[in-house]
Amino acid sequence: MSEGLEAEVKTNPQGDPITSAPEAPKADSGKGRKDPHGDAKRQVEVSPEFMFNEAPREREFITGSECAKEAVRRSNVDMSVAYPITPQSETLQLIGVLYGEGYVKEFYRGEEEYGVMSAIAGASRAGVRAFTATAGPGTLRGLEPIVSWAGHRLPAVCMFTCRVVNAPLAIQPDNIEIAYLLNSGMLVFHAENQQDLFDFIMKGFIISEKNDVTLPVGVCCDGFFVTHARGYCSMQDKGFKLPARDPYRGSVPVLDAENPPARLSRDAPVQKSNFMAYNIHAVWQQEVWAGVERSRKYIEQYMDGLLEAQDVDGADVLLIASGSAAAQSREAVRQCTERGIKAGLIKIRSLRPFPTNELRRLCTKAKLIVIPEFNFVGWLAKDVATAIYGFSNAKIVAGPHVYGGMSMPVEMITDEIECGLTGKKSNTVPPSAIMGVADPAAVAEFMKSI
Amino acid sequence: MAIRYNIRMAGVGGQGVVTGSHIFSTAVINAGGESTIVPFYGSEKRMAPVESYVRVSNEPIYEIGEITFPHILMIFHPQCITHGKSYTNPFYYGLKQDGIVLINSNNPMTLEPDQAAELKDLNAKIYYLPATQMSLDVAGIDLATNMAMVGAIGAITGLSNLEACGTAVKDRFLGKGFVVSGGTAALDSVVERKFKKKAELIDKNLAVVKAGWDYAVDNGWTLGASSMSDQTDAKAKASA
Repeated sequence: MSEGLEAEVKTNPQGDPITSAPEAPKADSGKGRKDPHGDAKRQVEVSPEFMFNEAPREREFITGSECAKEAVRRSNVDMSVAYPITPQSETLQLIGVLYGEGYVKEFYRGEEEYGVMSAIAGASRAGVRAFTATAGPGTLRGLEPIVSWAGHRLPAVCMFTCRVVNAPLAIQPDNIEIAYLLNSGMLVFHAENQQDLFDFIMKGFIISEKNDVTLPVGVCCDGFFVTHARGYCSMQDKGFKLPARDPYRGSVPVLDAENPPARLSRDAPVQKSNFMAYNIHAVWQQEVWAGVERSRKYIEQYMDGLLEAQDVDGADVLLIASGSAAAQSREAVRQCTERGIKAGLIKIRSLRPFPTNELRRLCTKAKLIVIPEFNFVGWLAKDVATAIYGFSNAKIVAGPHVYGGMSMPVEMITDEIECGLTGKKSNTVPPSAIMGVADPAAVAEFMKSI
Repeated sequence: MAIRYNIRMAGVGGQGVVTGSHIFSTAVINAGGESTIVPFYGSEKRMAPVESYVRVSNEPIYEIGEITFPHILMIFHPQCITHGKSYTNPFYYGLKQDGIVLINSNNPMTLEPDQAAELKDLNAKIYYLPATQMSLDVAGIDLATNMAMVGAIGAITGLSNLEACGTAVKDRFLGKGFVVSGGTAALDSVVERKFKKKAELIDKNLAVVKAGWDYAVDNGWTLGASSMSDQTDAKAKASA
C-alpha cells in the first residue's frame, strides 16, 4: 500500500515532484508515504573543515553537470535561478531536480540572463545563499549585473561553462569569456575536471561568504569537455551539508526591514559627476580588490593553494595552464618524461586572485615556459608574463592556442616544447608570441603582441 | 611503463560506431585498465559519417577531447575511404608513424596511389577484417559488425580480455543503459526485435566479438610486448 502511495507523487517531465499542484487530502495522513523533501530535511549541517577534509568520500563516475548538482546538494543553497544555454542547461535542470527534492529552497526560471543575474544580486543582498550558472553568450548578456556584484559586496557562486562567444558563433568550448570575468572583481576559479568543479563550487560558497572577502565567486570550466563528459568525482555523503549562510557576518549589512539598501548606487552623490562620487567609487573599488587579496588565505586553506605544482623541481620546461589545457598538459608532461625531457606543470586554480608570488618563486630556474590555452587571445599568457617579468629568464611561449571548440592535441604542446628547446620554427605559434631572453627589443615586441 | 593507445573509430550512421567504442572502453575498464571515450557529434543519421575516439591505457588518462593524432584507426565502413565519408580527410589524417589501420573489408582495398604512398611513408600497418561478413556468418545479420571490430581491437591492444568484453556487452544491453541519442535508442529496439530475445542478442553478439578477436590473433595482429609506446621510447632514445 505504501508503495502505491509513493507512486502517486506527480512529477513533471524532468522528474521533479510537482509540489504546487493541488492534491486531494489523503485519509491516512502520510503513513508510509514518502516525503519528497524527506532526505533534504534529514541532512546534517557540518563544518566546512569536516566537509572538505574529514568527511569520508565515495568515488563516482559522473558528468560535470552532475558534479555541479551534487555540490549544490551539499552546499545548503537557498535560492537558484535558471535560464538555459548550451552547455549549461543540464546543470540548472538538475538544480531544478534538487529543488523538487527540497535541497534548494527557492528556484525559478528567469526571463533571460540579465534578469537572472539581477535576481541573484537581489537574493544575495537579502542575505541568502544563491547559485546560478550560465555559458558563453549568456555570460556576456548577464555581464552588466555580474560586474556590479563585487562592488555591492554580494557573496554568491556563479558557474560558467565556457563556450564560444565570438563570431563565428558555436556551442563548442572556448574559454575566451573568462577574459571578461577577470576584471569583474569576483574571484575566478578555473576547474580542470569534474572533481575540481565539485570542490570549487562548495569551497567557493565558504570563501565567498568570509567576512573579509564578501565577494562573488565565478567557477569556470570548459563546457562539454567537463560538463558533458564523465570523470571520477569523490564526494561526501549526501546526508551532510555546509552550514547555512550567516548574512549578518558579511562585511556590509544585508537588506532587511531595518537596513535600507545601503549598497545601491542610487543616491545623488554617487550618480553625479563630482568629487564625492569619484571618492566613493575609489573606496568601493579599493575595497573590492582588497577583498580579492584577502581571499588568498582562504584559497590556501581550503583549496590547497592558488596553483598546483607538479614535477617543477629541476624542470627545464614548465607548462603553465588552467582548465582543460591543464589536463592536456598533464599528458604532455608524461610524454616529455618518457622522452627524457625534464618538464613540469603549474596548474592555476585561481585566476583571481592571481598567484603572482607563487609563479615568481616557481619560475626562477625554468629555461622554457609554454602556456597552452583554449582561446585565441591568450589571456593567461598575459597574466603570467606580467607576473614573472623580471623574476625569470625563461623563454616564454604564449601558446599554443586552440579555439572555436577544438580540442588541443597533446602533440601541439609537445611540439612547442621541442621548438622552444631546439630553436626550431614553430608551426602554430608566431615569433611575436615567443619571448626570447637576451634581446630587449624582442621582449618589448612580445609584451606588445601578447 | 605506460601503455597508451589513442584510437579513432570512423564509420557511418547505424553501424554502432559509438556503441562499439563504448563497449570497448567499458571492456578495458572491466579488465582493470583506464579508458575514456569522446563521440564526435555530427549529423547523426544513417549512412552519414560518424566518429568516436577512445583512449585506452594501463595508467590514468588526463587529457580530453577528440583525437587528432591516433595510434590506431578503425574504419567500420569502406565508404569512409571510397566516398570520403569521414570527418577527417583523407581517412588516415593524423595517423602516427608506425600506426595501425583496421579496415572492415573482405579483401584488401585499392587505395588511391598518393594515399597508398603516404601510408607507406608512415610505415602504417593496414589490416583488413571481414567484420560485416563475420556478423552475417555468426549472428545472421549485419548489425553486429561493430562487435567484430571490438573483438579485433581488444585482441590487438591487449588491454582487455574476452570475459571483460562479455560483461561490457551485457552492461550495454541489460544495464542502466548508455543512451547516446534518440536515434541510438530507436536502433537498439530494432536490434532487440530482430534478435527476438535479449539473451539471444547477447550470445550472438559475444560470438561475433570472439570471432573478431580470434581473427586478429590468428593473423598475428596483436601488439604484445612491442607496443607502440615502446617504439616511441626507442625512437626518442635513438635521437637523443
